[in-house]
Amino acid sequence: MATKHSSGGNPVVYMAVLLVIGLMLGPVIYIIIGGFRTNSQITTDPAGLPDPWVLGNYTDVLTGDVFWRQFGNSTIAAVITTAGVVALGVMASYVLARYSFRGRGAMYALFAAGLMFPATVAITPLYLLVKNLGLVNTLPGVILPQIAFGLPTTIIILVPFLRAIPKEIEEAAAIDRCSRLGFFWRMVLPLSVPGLITVGILAFVGSWNSYLLPLFILNDQETFTLPLGVQNFSSQYSVDTAKVLAFTSLSMIPALVFFSLFERRIVGGLTGAVKG
Amino acid sequence: MALTEAAPDNRVRALPPVRPRRRGIGWAQRLEIVALSGPAILVFVGFVIFPVLMAAYYGFYRWKGYGVPTDFVGLDNYVTILKDSLFHEALWHNAQIVVLSIVFQLPVALGLALLLNRGMRAQSLIRVLIFVPFVISEVITGTAWALMLQTTGAVNDVLRSIGLGWLAEDWLANPKLAIWSLMLILTWKYVGFAVILFLAGLQNIPEELSEAAAVDGASYWQIQRHITLPLLGPTLRIWAFLSIIGSLQLFDLVYIIWGQYVASTAGTSTMTTYMVVEGRNAANYGYGNAVAVVLFLVSLTIALVYQRFVLRRDTEGALTEGK
Repeated sequence: MATKHSSGGNPVVYMAVLLVIGLMLGPVIYIIIGGFRTNSQITTDPAGLPDPWVLGNYTDVLTGDVFWRQFGNSTIAAVITTAGVVALGVMASYVLARYSFRGRGAMYALFAAGLMFPATVAITPLYLLVKNLGLVNTLPGVILPQIAFGLPTTIIILVPFLRAIPKEIEEAAAIDRCSRLGFFWRMVLPLSVPGLITVGILAFVGSWNSYLLPLFILNDQETFTLPLGVQNFSSQYSVDTAKVLAFTSLSMIPALVFFSLFERRIVGGLTGAVKG
Repeated sequence: MALTEAAPDNRVRALPPVRPRRRGIGWAQRLEIVALSGPAILVFVGFVIFPVLMAAYYGFYRWKGYGVPTDFVGLDNYVTILKDSLFHEALWHNAQIVVLSIVFQLPVALGLALLLNRGMRAQSLIRVLIFVPFVISEVITGTAWALMLQTTGAVNDVLRSIGLGWLAEDWLANPKLAIWSLMLILTWKYVGFAVILFLAGLQNIPEELSEAAAVDGASYWQIQRHITLPLLGPTLRIWAFLSIIGSLQLFDLVYIIWGQYVASTAGTSTMTTYMVVEGRNAANYGYGNAVAVVLFLVSLTIALVYQRFVLRRDTEGALTEGK
């Protein structure tokens, strides 16, 4: 058993990894390429390549107003959710990380417990609450609960991050007559930008992909976000598979772009959280 | 670990008296604490804690969702739930999904993470690609797989074209197969998340340990078995916890692929799809809330048992930090 082989370039390993990547990307490629085919092509040869390539499905979707309206709704919801989660999350995390007071443990426990229970459990009463607030069929009705449900993850990632800022910096700031709030504003925020980006992206992608909450809150097509739109579109045009595929692939682009731009940050943030 | 609060040694202490500021924890500091954490607590309590409590209240009523509930039925809703064979089926499906998710994803994710951790070329590109399904929304995942798995879809077509036509099946409607199709889709969607978490955990293990073992003549597999895996334990246990909770709450993919009606006949209904179909879609809001409470209690029980028996050594004080 003592044969230790360093296997940086083992061909079997590469084959295995390539196979996995193929399986992971297959469905994504199927969606994108399917959008370039016609329905008759898809019916006669479900897994084939476009022959010829047609742009019509994509241009139809891109020139119609349905996609852009839903794109706009999704963007508004995601941007405000992200801003809210990051702002509220970093303030609360700062308190949890750098103040000592009675009830701090309880406060952390409160948020940590929220991690165990995603929106699914509370969705019915949540819908009723939003309805009573008169926010059904409005984006704030989706945004406010999303901020609330995004806080646990955000806080759990940010607290260790903020705690890691050396105490010496805080002392030096104090000697320079910088108040605690001034320290928060001038030192903590700039120093924690990487962590803020991590939680921001998680919040953005989460909101962009969110389905159950909008499904309950948004019934009016005018306010649909993209996930609702994709589903609505695919049942409305169930015979027009090619167009459904085009619509679907366009709607996943923003999250993909966003993610690949910041992939390192997300992984870094998760690593930080795992380290505790 | 993700849930672990800081170890005692780096717990925040009151700042040393060097600070030329007022008394220890004076009103100014209290004001800051309230101002900074108030908004988060307000939103969190209002939109997370309060609805959960309201679910418990509504669950005791027969109620259509209009006005104040008046038709108090005590535990009737709960009795109905516990007697309903549709709910039993959903619960059983959830149990299968909890177990199979771990059985399917753990070996795949662990294998990939170990491979990627050996420093392959193009490692970061591979990492991004494996994570792609996790970033794509459940709706898109569901729509795409539903199209590919239908009888006339791409999967059967590929099987036929490579001479495995006898394997072509009705992947979604056949009750014997549907749950396996669901597991395939779930693995596809969520395995990337496990890989990323495991990789993060692996990168925290000091390289010196395996180097030392290698010097002592340990094989690659011995090192993985006796050094890497035990040290990765906390990460694996946290991942399993997240996976279990996610499986118990599974909704989107089932609802999108199997719709509101066929999930139970195809054998893929879950507690949450049951809740939405019987509660909201049937406008029985009292009943739906009671289902939510049951779902909540099931999740909570499992979470607490898991915390107590599995996570205890990793997350000492996760929920009781600063006792």
